[in-house]
Amino acid sequence: MATQAPSAEGSENTGTTSGDGVRRRDFINIAAVSFAGVGAVAATIPLITQMNPSADVLALASTEVDISKIASGQAIKTMWRKQPVFVRNLTAQEIAAANKVPLSDLRDPQTLAERTKPGKHNWLITLGVCTHLGCVPLGTGEGENRGDYGGYFCPCHGSHYDTAARIRKGPAPTNLYVPEYQFLSDTVVQIG
Amino acid sequence: MSFSWARLYEPKSAAMRWLDERLPLPRLVYGAVGGGYPVPRNLNYWWNYGVLAGVFLTIQIVTGIVLAMHYYASADGAFNSVEHIMRNVNAGWLLRYAHSNGASFFFIVTYIHIFRGLYYGSYKPARELVWMLGLVIYLLMMATAFMGYVLPWGQMSYWGAQVITSFFSAFPLVGEPIRIWLLGGYAPDQAALTRFFSLHYLLPFVIAAVVILHIWALHIPGSGNPTGVDVKDEKDTLPFHPFYTAKDGWFGAGFLALFALMLYFAPNALGHPDNYIPANPLATPAHIVPEWYFWPFYAILRSFTVDFILAAKLWGVLAMFASILLLFFLPWLDKSPVRSGSYRPVFKRFFWLLLLDILVLGYAGGAEINPLNVALGQIATAYYFLHFLVILPLIARFERPLPLPNSITESVLHGEQREAAPIGTGRKAGATAA
Repeated sequence: MATQAPSAEGSENTGTTSGDGVRRRDFINIAAVSFAGVGAVAATIPLITQMNPSADVLALASTEVDISKIASGQAIKTMWRKQPVFVRNLTAQEIAAANKVPLSDLRDPQTLAERTKPGKHNWLITLGVCTHLGCVPLGTGEGENRGDYGGYFCPCHGSHYDTAARIRKGPAPTNLYVPEYQFLSDTVVQIG
Repeated sequence: MSFSWARLYEPKSAAMRWLDERLPLPRLVYGAVGGGYPVPRNLNYWWNYGVLAGVFLTIQIVTGIVLAMHYYASADGAFNSVEHIMRNVNAGWLLRYAHSNGASFFFIVTYIHIFRGLYYGSYKPARELVWMLGLVIYLLMMATAFMGYVLPWGQMSYWGAQVITSFFSAFPLVGEPIRIWLLGGYAPDQAALTRFFSLHYLLPFVIAAVVILHIWALHIPGSGNPTGVDVKDEKDTLPFHPFYTAKDGWFGAGFLALFALMLYFAPNALGHPDNYIPANPLATPAHIVPEWYFWPFYAILRSFTVDFILAAKLWGVLAMFASILLLFFLPWLDKSPVRSGSYRPVFKRFFWLLLLDILVLGYAGGAEINPLNVALGQIATAYYFLHFLVILPLIARFERPLPLPNSITESVLHGEQREAAPIGTGRKAGATAA
């Protein structure tokens, strides 16, 4: 009669031991717990992916902007994916100033031509999100601080952008991001 | 904890020893659900549902926290935000269906757990507080489930909120002011929805806290067992881990498969189509019933149709509350010293009759109102109270229980198939007559 109290180790005499000391019960135990473990990990997938952008957020992927009212030297802020976008109509001097800078002076070397569309070099369209920590730089509004280089100035940590919205001074690592966009006509731009 | 032979925690690694000396959390876990908790060796599968209730509470809390990231508690936006969860949010449909069906499964396993307790006398000394804390959990679950059902702000949500809060208006003088205070208005609206959301988020954590008390109180006398005989020595017990963790583990996985079946193939089977219609304060749905787990109580509520000294409405509400509150007195209504129904031939018959009665109440509560169903509900309601207030005390006095085994070990060695059966009544060939 098995009157001795069984314990966690009391199963030793029930399994057949193979040469390397691994019991059949060890295999069953590891297999069962692994199976449950895989299931538990799989169950976390919906819990994690639910935090990704939902279908209605992804549906805001593009926006159209009327640029007919923006005079030379003016800029507007618009919204794309709930982020500010700067649309700026550069003056001839600003274009000249941007083209005059040698690429070797730049932290993130890019020419104005690379940052605009062919034949539309006066239309500088960038995200209005400082590449340092995401503040909205000043410089679109009349009389706002445009920084040392006449482009944009981020008030949070003092990043200065030039007239091609390239980083020139301060902590930001890269130029203001140029989103994908196309001119649907001379006066309408589709961003995204 | 409960028994002198309960093993003490011994750290297996230097890191665990370091932790245990500073914060004895490993010791607590080991003593509560590890090798340090001795459990009667003869538990049958009805003892698996407590752990399962814990599993479903966890599922409800986890899916609920996630749903709250997408839900707005606004009278204008709540219904749309639920549709937003179903259509736009990644895996939102899965999480919401898991939460709504999880509520039903939480109640299924809790009901089985409660009836296990009723049959095996789990409410008897020295586990009265375990039973009463369990009833507190059950009441909190009902409140939480009700408020959760209001949140989608569909037709059934809205009218459920209206009907349930109107219970309070049955009380004379103070009733109507209480109802208005609960709702923050004259009918359910923004104020009610926002407070229901706040409390629906709070109460599950209160439930979790009472669950800890429930388990704490249980671990003082230790778990009961199908014979109802007290544990006498170490031979009668097994360490919780690995024996019952393994049994709970596989059974829990199997039950979750059942849950998955419901979740993926019949997610709306237990819901009401009317709740996919936005709340309309000007039109009540033709057939309004609560979720299935409230049907027996709804039947008791509807059974009172005639004024008798007090208004019929008040009788219904009082009877409904009393039907649960009287369970708190169960340890003193059933004073039979024998715990397990297996050794109580008369009690056992009336137990099954009670179960049948509650199923009839459930049917009557969910069915459409017609004279036949109301009469059925009235008979079943009367029997419900008769069982607890008259039959149970009488059985305890006059019943002659079968002889109990001398120990758990003796009953176990008597044969696995009939491990819970009284000695001498096992049907297995070779069983010796007492």
